[in-house]
Order: sequence, then structure tokens, then C-alpha cells
Amino acid sequence: MTRRARLIVLALGGAGLAALLIAACFDLPRFGGPWHPYGDRAVHASLARRTANTIASVNFDQRAFDTVGEMSILFASVLGTVVLLRQTRDEKRALPQPEEVALPVRRYALVVLPVAFVAGLYVIAHGQLSPGGGFQGGVVAATALHLLYLGADYRALERIRPVGLYEICDALAACAYVVTGLAGVLAGTAFLANTLLPYGTFNTLSSGGIVPVLNAAIGMEVACAVVVLLARFLDQAVEIEEESGKP
Amino acid sequence: MTVLPYLVAVWIFLTGCYGLATSRNLIHAVGCLAVCQASTYVLLLAVGYRDGGTAPVYSDIKPGSRPVVDPVVQALTLTDIVVGATVTALLLALVMQISKRHGTVDPDELRELRG
Repeated sequence: MTRRARLIVLALGGAGLAALLIAACFDLPRFGGPWHPYGDRAVHASLARRTANTIASVNFDQRAFDTVGEMSILFASVLGTVVLLRQTRDEKRALPQPEEVALPVRRYALVVLPVAFVAGLYVIAHGQLSPGGGFQGGVVAATALHLLYLGADYRALERIRPVGLYEICDALAACAYVVTGLAGVLAGTAFLANTLLPYGTFNTLSSGGIVPVLNAAIGMEVACAVVVLLARFLDQAVEIEEESGKP
Repeated sequence: MTVLPYLVAVWIFLTGCYGLATSRNLIHAVGCLAVCQASTYVLLLAVGYRDGGTAPVYSDIKPGSRPVVDPVVQALTLTDIVVGATVTALLLALVMQISKRHGTVDPDELRELRG
């Protein structure tokens, strides 16, 4: 198909889809309206189980089983990326050379690194209380480590980032989530049902039953997954070369 | 203009589709897919909005003192973002392999199968 013909087909299909979508928009409930039956029930259930952050309660209590699926997607895509970006037979590993880093960049990166890392852990730990949680905090903690790449060089990053260990931790965190769910089955309730642990005092770190446990597992899994993903992409960019020598 | 946020989502989605169909670079196409996905975030958050509502987090507001936006769609948006980010990573890894094996990232030049 020529480019022109393709554009015409696209315009026809796009116009039809746009018309349908716009018609659908006018039939949706009014924007900002008061009618949110599921939202109201989710808030009620979250408060009944003493979880201050309703979104954490939805993710790790009411929809905890869906989060297993989400976690599996994350795990599978990390696995796929690791397989796709492995070193092939016609490639060799070059030792990355130390690079000169501007002094302000180096200072800033090294000052911010511990702050960003602790902030990431804080966001994970307070997932059931304040906005944030395992997914968000995991990404913050994992990217904080990579400030070392900006501030120093790739070899410094590799010293604090043994990728094999992070891959194992990723798998362990995924297992921890499922094992926490199975503990409920062994105790005579249902898979991932939040009835096993005491709900604690509202708005404290230990409130919410299994929510903080699952939150921590997800935080660890996301942090490790992001480290592994970035490591594979950085390896391709920095280390792995074709045999002929060009990157 | 109570439908404007929904229309914004439609507009973002169609923009992403246009970019996907006319893309001449696979990395650009992956970016367009991310734009399509961004439209679902806008749609979900628009569906869950409540006039005068605040975040559904009760660590600093008393339960029942203020209306809150719908937490269910917010949690769905979180899932959406996570899945979107991981799928983007996987697709970029695929693009890197295509670039290595075929020496091009232009989808129009990837017509013929190679064994």
C-alpha cells in the first residue's frame, strides 16, 4: 500500500472512531458528578480495615489478586527484556572507560543520591498512609542508585549493583507476595484475603493488616525490576559491542 | 463544558493512533503507543473526578469531612502506568534486536521476511 492510500484509510477509520468516541463521551456520567458507587464503597471498606490511603487498600486488599497479575506482567516483561538484550555470540564486552564528570554534577549527584534513596524507602514504607506505595517508591529508590552513574562513572555503578543479586531479589519479592497470599489459604481464609493480621491503629505504620506487607513486597520487586531493566539497557549502550568494534 | 476532559482523552488517543500509523521509526512508534496509553490515564481520572474532591487519603483529613475523588479508578490508573512502563521497556528491547538484525528501525523497510 502506498503512503497516500494508507493515509486515506487512516483518515476514514480515524474519523469513524472519533465520531463513535465523541458520541460515547456525551453519554458518560457528567464530569465531576456526585455518583461514584464503587468509590464510596471502596472508601468505606478501606476505613473499616483502618487503611488511611484508600488507593493502597484498593490495590493491596480489595484488588490484591489483580495486583498479582500486574506483578506477573512486570516480572514477565523484565524476563523478556533480559532474554532479548543478552550478549550474543557476535558481540563482545568492552571495559567501560572512566569519564570526566563536571565537578558540580558530581557533587550534586553524590549529595542527592542518599536523600533520593531514603525518600524512595520512605514512600514504600508509608504506602498505606500517604500518597505513594511500593510501585512509586520502588522506582524512586531504583533510579536514585543510578545517580552514581551520572556523578561518577559506569564502573562505580556496577560495584554497587550486582545485577545477578537484583534478579534473585526480584524473584524473591514476587514469591513473597504469593506466599503472603497463600498464608491466608493455610490459615483457613481465602487467597490474599486481608483477615490474617490485626488491622492495628488507624494512621500508624503497622495499620491495614497485610497491606504494608504486600506493599513492601511490591516495593522490593519494582525496585529490583527497574534496576535490572536499566542495567540491561545500559549494558547495551556502554559495554556490549559488535565484534567489528563499533557499538 | 462537562465533557471536555473526556474529549481531551479522545483527542490524545487519536493523536497517538495517527503517530503510530504514520511512524517511520520504531522508537517513535513506541513513543506513540505511550501517548495512546496516556489517553487512558486522562479518561480514568476524568471518570473518577468529583466536584471539590480531594485525594482519597485519610492521613491528614477526617473521614467524611470532604468529598474525595474515586479511589478505584486511581488504583486502575496506577496499574495502567506500571503495565505501560513495562510494556514500553519490552518493546524498546525488541526494537534494539530489530535494529541489530536488520540494520534499520524504519517499519516500511521491514517488509520482507528474512530467515
